[in-house]
Amino acid sequence: MAKKSYRDAIREAIASEMRRDSRVIVMGEDNAGGAGSPGEKDAWGGVLGVTKGLQPEFGADRVLDTPITESAFIGAAAGAAATGLRPIAELMFVDFMGVCFDQIFNQAAKFRYMFGGKAVTPLVIRTMYGAGFRAASQHSQCLYPLFTHIPGLKVVLPSSPYEAKGLMIQSIRDDDPVIFFEHKLMYDDTADVPDESYTIPFGEANITREGKDATIVAFGRMVNFSNQVADELRRDGVGVTVIDPRTTSPLDTETILDSVAETGRLVVVDEAHPRCSMAADIARLVAEEAFSDLKAPIKTVTAPHTPVPFSPSLEDIYIPTPAKIRDAVLAVTRGRAQ
Amino acid sequence: MSEIQPIVMPKWGLAMEEGALTSWLVQGGAEIEKGQEIAEIETSKLANVFESPASGNLRRLVAREGDVLPVGALLAVLAPATVSDADIDTFVASFVVEAPADAGGAGGPAERKLERDGRTLAYKAAGLENSATPVVLIHGFGGDSDNWLFNIDELAKSRPVYAVDLPGHGKSTKTLSTGDLSELSRAVADLVDEIGAQKFHLVGHSLGAAVALQILRDWPERVASIVGIAPAGLGERINAQFIDGFIAAEKRKDIKATLQLLVGDPELVSAQMIEGVQRYKRLEAAKEALRAIADKNLPSGRQTANFRDLVAEGRTPILILWGARDAILDPEAARGLPSTVKVVLFDDAGHMPHLEAASKANEAMARHLEAADALSQPGR
Repeated sequence: MAKKSYRDAIREAIASEMRRDSRVIVMGEDNAGGAGSPGEKDAWGGVLGVTKGLQPEFGADRVLDTPITESAFIGAAAGAAATGLRPIAELMFVDFMGVCFDQIFNQAAKFRYMFGGKAVTPLVIRTMYGAGFRAASQHSQCLYPLFTHIPGLKVVLPSSPYEAKGLMIQSIRDDDPVIFFEHKLMYDDTADVPDESYTIPFGEANITREGKDATIVAFGRMVNFSNQVADELRRDGVGVTVIDPRTTSPLDTETILDSVAETGRLVVVDEAHPRCSMAADIARLVAEEAFSDLKAPIKTVTAPHTPVPFSPSLEDIYIPTPAKIRDAVLAVTRGRAQ
Repeated sequence: MSEIQPIVMPKWGLAMEEGALTSWLVQGGAEIEKGQEIAEIETSKLANVFESPASGNLRRLVAREGDVLPVGALLAVLAPATVSDADIDTFVASFVVEAPADAGGAGGPAERKLERDGRTLAYKAAGLENSATPVVLIHGFGGDSDNWLFNIDELAKSRPVYAVDLPGHGKSTKTLSTGDLSELSRAVADLVDEIGAQKFHLVGHSLGAAVALQILRDWPERVASIVGIAPAGLGERINAQFIDGFIAAEKRKDIKATLQLLVGDPELVSAQMIEGVQRYKRLEAAKEALRAIADKNLPSGRQTANFRDLVAEGRTPILILWGARDAILDPEAARGLPSTVKVVLFDDAGHMPHLEAASKANEAMARHLEAADALSQPGR
């Protein structure tokens, strides 16, 4: 088993599913690069190189470069899925998703429901999210709460290369539309990733650290930050459980509630804005279902309710950090009875 | 000063860099025996009791409960009563943590692969600089070569050690042709041919012990000795609920509950152990492999292979280690064997005595292997 990057793990998942199932196709802007020009093909392989190498192996019939019209090709992908293919459409930055909300929210998400369960839409939309790339307000958002809000969509946030491969294969094999969020700062993270295929089921949270004093629920890149904090605090005698829900829809509420029942203290870490976010959602869940288990008020660590700043120093303050997570855990565990 | 012996943070596996001393199980000043449980230590991968590597008077507990310390850091000091407190103070003050020594100079177990007929057999190798008869470690149902984490370096101090991933397990090819004992034992035979061992010892845990006994039946002249740890193949009975539960369990909670059946102390099952099993079971064809092995070897929840007669023949030295609290295979099955078969029972251990009572198990195995070597080379 080799160490592989997040980028390579995603590519390996797509390539192995394309070999296994000829209905799997890839489409998006510059997924190969060079379409319509006499120059080099596969020059790009996607804006950050995730799909590089796919077109030489699978051909231009299955790896399609599309025009810069998200509304058209996301609509085409939804239609292709409804009629028997299993498309993986790349919508470069989630920030651009707004132009095709109708295709996603009103069409793809509704087909199964509105056709009485007789239609399936095995569509995967890959998209990049997250701040820290110095790419300013229109290329840095964490819009997964918007998609989580819509019934009929599944929303996936892999937090490591191992998770990325198994969740991508599960996404491709799933019969519902899946929005697959890739954090652009994680592409070069490496970890042990098996060469063999494997799937990680949706709606089953991972517990990445175990401790008895507090529970952190964190998403995507924030899982790593939270693990760091849990490791640091263990040295100081504070035991922290870290839960990575993996998918925000479906959401594994049982694992969260079980853990809060044990620790009595909750911190939710979400890189999205605080309003109508996963942080708000999970705080609501625990306040409603497990209020009597709580020994301290729930804390959330999120980005502020502002656009992502372009100024690097402001962007650094904007993103939740391990130090902020640590402060939140210490705030909820202060004065705890042993 | 040479009478003063340091007890240091152990290195449990290649990845371990530091450990947390969760609690001391002994008081300062106590007389302790080698192999006695003296502390609980937790790493990012596992939690286990730490057994003293030496006997003596525990003059000083240096590490405090809750301390997180690097591998090799001083935990405690053993010294006879004749050594003065001042000398111990000097020893503690001048103690230098050595960079973790790779066991036996072999650089720890190396991961290797053997390709045959388009199939991969993965194994670990250690102690290759030694010339004694090699030993092959064979894990049980659903396990892999990492199950020997606490044994491989110890055994590799005096002989070459190979720990195999059986077909369908670990990093070996998952698809099986039948899943019967002869397929599994042929894979181990391929490995001993690959390493060019004319004679070899076999240490098998649970199902792995049945594999070892199958090899003894097929190639009796090549097997120098056998250690069966909680061995299968000595009777019909097995906890079929565990087998079915292990195959069926998908959710973390269910896997945890199943794994807790394996050990006497359920606290030994760490988050990382659960994650490891979950990762293995997610791999394509892994579940099918487990099902096939269970169907072939345990149809209707009873063991088919029975090696009692072979074990009773007594031509090959056989040692059996078993935990008294084993909830998978009842140690009763070791009763009624002839006295040529040595049986060691560990009171507090469950189905994994090589993990739960590692240093005692290691010592028993090392003594058995040496004695068997002496038998086969009477001239030495």
